[in-house]
Amino acid sequence: MGDKRPRSFYILAAFFAAYVLFLYGPMIAIYILSFQGPDGGLTFPMNGVSLTWFGKVFSGGGIVDIGAAFKRSLALGLVVMVITVVLSVAAGMAFRKPFRGASILFYTAIASLIMPSIITSLGIALEFRLIDDFINKHGADVGLGWLADGYTTAMGLFTSGLGAHLTWTLPFGLLIMFAIFNRFDGRLEEAARDLGATPWQTFRHVVLPIILPSVVGIGLFGFTLSWDELARSSQAIGSVNTLPLELQGLTTTVTKPDIYALGTLTSAVSFVVIFAALSVILMLQARQRRQGSDAGKGMV
Amino acid sequence: MAVTIDNSPDTVAPAESTFRKLTQRSIAWLQAGPMMLVFALFFLLPLVLVVVVSAWDYNEYEMIPAFSFRGYTDTFEGCVANLPELCTILKTYLKTLKLCLLTWGLTLMIGFWVAYFLAFHVRSKTWQIVLSLLCTIPFWTSNVIRMIAWIPLLGRNGLVNQGLQGVGIVNKPIEWLLFSEFSVVLALVHLFTFFMVVPIFNSMIRIDKRLIEAAYDAGASGWQTLVNIVIPLSKPGIVIGSIFVITIVMGDFVTVGVMGGQQIASAGKIIESRLSALQFPAAAANAVILLGITIIIISALTRIVDVRKEL
Repeated sequence: MGDKRPRSFYILAAFFAAYVLFLYGPMIAIYILSFQGPDGGLTFPMNGVSLTWFGKVFSGGGIVDIGAAFKRSLALGLVVMVITVVLSVAAGMAFRKPFRGASILFYTAIASLIMPSIITSLGIALEFRLIDDFINKHGADVGLGWLADGYTTAMGLFTSGLGAHLTWTLPFGLLIMFAIFNRFDGRLEEAARDLGATPWQTFRHVVLPIILPSVVGIGLFGFTLSWDELARSSQAIGSVNTLPLELQGLTTTVTKPDIYALGTLTSAVSFVVIFAALSVILMLQARQRRQGSDAGKGMV
Repeated sequence: MAVTIDNSPDTVAPAESTFRKLTQRSIAWLQAGPMMLVFALFFLLPLVLVVVVSAWDYNEYEMIPAFSFRGYTDTFEGCVANLPELCTILKTYLKTLKLCLLTWGLTLMIGFWVAYFLAFHVRSKTWQIVLSLLCTIPFWTSNVIRMIAWIPLLGRNGLVNQGLQGVGIVNKPIEWLLFSEFSVVLALVHLFTFFMVVPIFNSMIRIDKRLIEAAYDAGASGWQTLVNIVIPLSKPGIVIGSIFVITIVMGDFVTVGVMGGQQIASAGKIIESRLSALQFPAAAANAVILLGITIIIISALTRIVDVRKEL
């Protein structure tokens, strides 16, 4: 510290600032434009300031039923979040012991992460279409007659859609778990074991409190990745749409700022979730610092 | 992955310790099982189905489980007959590769310097966290929103055109700013540079700072240090970031659709349009081709470094 910054620092700092401007500039533009007056268009200059377009979104006037899509995305995001957290923590624990299939699971997760989304999406769509075909053709033969009557499709938000989102969120969850356990001190568990704790007690009272901040992080990833997910949902979600899908549909038809208002609203949800999660993480970390050591507190 | 230290007391009989190992193993299985099941049902099985169905026959409204290469032959229709004129599919793939290459080059350049700045020039840990968060936050906003965000800037009456006309550089709006290859690449760079920054930053932060000091002490210039130390040691990050960006762009159909005004063909868009025509086997055949090309690119990249060690 204190020594003179090289010239490259200032050049790169300017470059970084330009990058941040490039990242945020356009987004800020639409956040501002979503407050256009009633006669305003898709571009600057602003024609008055109003909440007209937010009203349009909520009343559903003109465009699709945003409220329903909003609720669907929210429900799906929450379910994805819970499943991602539970499965990632469980699998993360498993990877600390050698087990057969560990590397298969690991490479599958990586493959799922980098697979072009359209291929995953297409595969899931095919899978459910084949299930539908099977039930329609052979449903009665194999005792699924009750299902075959009036049956349309097995595809849906919480079947194919949920699966599609999990192929995207679980690899992130697993990688975060690796990062956590890479710096986890295993001696803490041994100490618990030596003191007679059962495996479950060890997990509940030693491991979980330590990893909790990062687990909240996994939940954050799970929700926001699902909330904003589009490519994998596109073919695999069935007849209903999530919010990003509605938004994408609107890009080709809408010429009014209500699409910006919708954009601002979904971003707002993302930001609320991010900041809620970050404050929970900070709170947990502060708590850990407070309770992490019982030095000086004497015998209890 | 992890080493378990088995310090069971000597009194434990061998049979009992074998039993413990067995239960340990089955616990691991139980813990990893649910995730395996999800991947098996929603990733591996669908992939197998894509390959299988790609070799099925089809007509206007359904797929027929009979062996046929129609999906492939339809895709490559006219490729041999019209030589040397390129057929649609080859043209589309060349265009996709071009978009991919441009995006990759730009994201790498930007991502490298941003990561370099964060890793080597930002000295306090707090600032490092704050600035990386600043780069991360937009990633948590829907891609579609980040795409349409360019409309008020690049559109016919957008800020850029207004500005250029205002200062008299052009006298009528530039049309190719929006719904063009330019806007597609711009949006892709905007969306995915993040995927380049994170892995490169991760590699750079692990470089032992003493190596760089040693280089300076040995008289290396800043540039020599960069070329001989920083770049080779950040190679894993560069490769991982490249894999992310390339696989995303190769399969992308949303960005190309929205930012290209639904006018630009790409590998992903072929699959999407086949699907909307309900030609599943043809879509699957195209997916298999895309998959093959992606795998070739990835395996070429992973030859460069052993990515496995880095994860």
